[in-house]
Formats: sequence, structure tokens, C-alpha cells
Amino acid sequence: MSLWFWVIVACVVGFLTKLLGYLLPRKWLTNPRVARVAGILTIGLLASLTIANTVATGQQLALDARLGALVAAAIALWLRAPFLLVVIVGAAAAAGLRLLGWP
Amino acid sequence: MPTSLRDSPGARVGLSIAIATGLYGISFGALSVASGLDIWQTAAMSLLLFSGGSQFAFIGVIAGGGTPVAAASAAALLGIRNAVYGMQLNALLHPQGWRRFAAAHVTIDESLATSTGQSDPLEQKRGFWVAGVGIFVLWNVFTLVGAFAGDALGDPKRWGLDGAAVAAFLGLLWPRLRSREAGAIAVVCALATVVAVPFVPPGIPILVAAVVAAAIGWFGSARAPEGEGLEPDIDPYRGTDSPGHSTRTAGNP
Repeated sequence: MSLWFWVIVACVVGFLTKLLGYLLPRKWLTNPRVARVAGILTIGLLASLTIANTVATGQQLALDARLGALVAAAIALWLRAPFLLVVIVGAAAAAGLRLLGWP
Repeated sequence: MPTSLRDSPGARVGLSIAIATGLYGISFGALSVASGLDIWQTAAMSLLLFSGGSQFAFIGVIAGGGTPVAAASAAALLGIRNAVYGMQLNALLHPQGWRRFAAAHVTIDESLATSTGQSDPLEQKRGFWVAGVGIFVLWNVFTLVGAFAGDALGDPKRWGLDGAAVAAFLGLLWPRLRSREAGAIAVVCALATVVAVPFVPPGIPILVAAVVAAAIGWFGSARAPEGEGLEPDIDPYRGTDSPGHSTRTAGNP
């Protein structure tokens, strides 16, 4: 029951956090510095999510098949592949490398 | 003249990311059940929390032996970025009434990135709603699929789904790396993440990178020329090799 309670707490807090962004005063948003911070934050978070999904396994750093997925996706993006193809290439690279014995 | 929904680049990118991200719900469902949550707790997370990072953080702490309080705290911390996303999206989309609550619920990494990746206000709206609602539906369906059939499916890694996530995040980041400064920020934040991983609980390295990025934005703004191109409201597809660039141009001659 305690686990259920904290599952619901996490859900409520998560939604209220999202909603807070929509309720903050408009004035904050027209501040160019805030807009710039938000733009850089997006780049930083996407870069962080990319690399964390590539090399982090819990608190361990691991170079495994996901690195191959990153490289393959970068090549696909370089060749102007559409987004979905990039994603499929990433999955195929990771699955393929594992078939070849990579972790 | 606005393009039809069929030819909409925002909707197309939104659908692509919805399929890619929604399918990944299989891994959440399977890993959540494996961590000790039951199927209904797992389903509740995808239905009500609906934020991949927060959901994975929660089950990660539980699987590692952490308390439910610690798990909820990790999920809340990882969800803070969604408030920033909400601020950006509120400025872009101006949802009113009940739509504001619906928009808040589907405010996640992918719906934000899809929306801000478009320059036309109509396409920003389409991208946001198609990505947000599309991911919500598919994420919940595949969470259940993963939870019920996780054991039978075996390791989702075998299917390269973790590689698909890496590719999807890189695909979202790629169009933003137009300027040297954007690239430098991405590298700095990626390095900060890698350095932080061994020292802090899972999920927190992403917040460390967010703090680094926010500091660069806040303190670096005096040096950089105005309109350098890092604001989320200008066209991140222009002059890049990004997906959707040709479609967008074709749709808006």
C-alpha cells in the first residue's frame, strides 16, 4: 500500500510540475535571458539524454552496443535520413552488434 | 496557405517520434514489473505520471533497493524540466481552458522538441499535439504490452530498443546544432553528464547537465550577440541536414 501511495504522489507532483509551467506569469517568458536559458537548456538536456542513454547503466559507464547505435544514427542523420529511419537504424545497429557478440 | 494535416511536417515528425517513443514503452512495462511494481502500478505510472525519465527514475530506485519516498523524489526532481518545457510551450501554443490541462499532461521531452523544431505556429501546434497525444496512447498501450508479456519477450535490448532511444534523442538534438556555440554547449553538457554518472543516482546527471546549461545561458548571455539562434522560437531546421527540412520548405514556399 505504501508503494501505491508513493506511486500516486509521484504522479500528482509530476502533473503539478508540468502545470506550473503553464501558470507562471507571461512576463517571465518575454525576458530574452529567460528565453535564451530555455533554449540552451533544451540543447543541454537533449545532449545529456543522448549521452546518458548511450553510456550509462545505472551509475556505471559502459561502452556497449548503444555506442554503435549512436554512431549509426549520426551517420544516418549526416546522410539526411528521415527521423523514423534514423531510429530504425539505431535499433538495428544495437540489435545487430549484440548478435555479433557485443554486450 | 496552411498545409493539410496530411502534408504537415509537424504532424509527420510528431508521428515518427510517437511511434519510436511509444514502442519503447515495452521496455518500461517489462522493467517496471521486474523492479517489483505490479501491473496496475506500472499502468498508473504511464497513465498519470507520463514522463519517461521520471518513470524510469522511479523504478530504477525501487529496483536498486531504494525506498518509495526516494523513488518519488527522484521522479519529482527529474520532472522539474517539464515545468520549463511548459513555460516554453505556453508561450508558443497559448492553450486555453481544459486544453491547458491536457497540454500540461502531454508536456514531455518529445512533444516539446517536436513543437519547437517547427517554425510555423500551426505546425508547432500540430507537432506538439500529434507527438504528445500519439506518444501518450502508444506509450500506455506498449507499457501494458511490456508489463504483460515482458517475460515472454525476453530482453528488450535484444531488439535494440535502447539503441532506438539513443538514435531518437540524437535525432531530436541534431537540428539544433546549427551554430558552433550550440555544438559546444551540447559537448559540455554531454561531458558533464558522463562525469556525473558514477557519483550521483541515475537520472541526476541529466539535472547536472541542466544546471550547467542554465548557467551558460544565464551568465553567457552578455557576451553572445542577441538572436544568436539558441532561442527555441526560431527555425532550428534552416540550413541543416535535419529531417523535415525539405518537407517544411516544400510546405511553406
